[in-house]
Amino acid sequence: MIRLGGSALSAKIIQLVIPMEPNLELVAAETASTIAELMCFDEDGIDEIRMAIIEACLNAFEHSHSPERKVYITFHILPDRLILEVTDHGKGFNPSDVRPPSIDEAVRGGRKRGWGFKLMRSLMDEVMIETGSWGTTVRMTKMKRRGGGCYDR
Amino acid sequence: MTGKFAVRARKGDGYAVLETDLYLNQTAGEELSKRFNELLEEGYLNFIINMERTKVVNSVGISILIEMIEKLRERGGRLIFCNLSNVIDKTFRIMGLTQYAEVKGSEEEAVASLKEQA
Repeated sequence: MIRLGGSALSAKIIQLVIPMEPNLELVAAETASTIAELMCFDEDGIDEIRMAIIEACLNAFEHSHSPERKVYITFHILPDRLILEVTDHGKGFNPSDVRPPSIDEAVRGGRKRGWGFKLMRSLMDEVMIETGSWGTTVRMTKMKRRGGGCYDR
Repeated sequence: MTGKFAVRARKGDGYAVLETDLYLNQTAGEELSKRFNELLEEGYLNFIINMERTKVVNSVGISILIEMIEKLRERGGRLIFCNLSNVIDKTFRIMGLTQYAEVKGSEEEAVASLKEQA
């Protein structure tokens, strides 16, 4: 297996820009998956990162109303964690306006969408949202499990 | 992974099996829903969704699975998912789908469960 080497203390940064077009969230997902694999995340961790970044991209695609229709993704590779930032230059939103989804409501004819942030928060270790009239950045962190890493070897 | 989504449907004795493909997104979910509705109109009420080939899902695709659960609840039917990857199993539990649909390790277990409770 190819492994990432380098300083244990300084972050490596990889940037990606994807147009907001159907299925291009998979480009982000595959890039995230490759980075996580190189960092020696386990299979479940890689799958969780992939799913979380797909949800972040879909939120940007569907809700940002970005005039340029692009998503900017930055991967910060650290010895003990991977940080993913997903940014759009859309209209932003008020997080307090986001109503939590409910399966009980959904199976009884209610709203079935709106699961993105719940999934991101459940699959990642930390999720932070910065949003305003300039757009939105979703910053997600996934910690490596102790003893499972190879990046800093 | 983004090619045309091919839903595979098989009919058993009183149940139908739908097999999902690599990426369960909106397009795939709509195709799955179309086949599901056709089978529902034929009178099938017990469904197994075999997700052995599915590696990635998104919440839009899952919202279509919730629509299917809703239709079966209204009609007194059953839906069993099988062969879920760990992340898909975890996702369904986070969302609460497992309160309204069963999860089995294999299609054989799913069929056995349907027959037991027939």
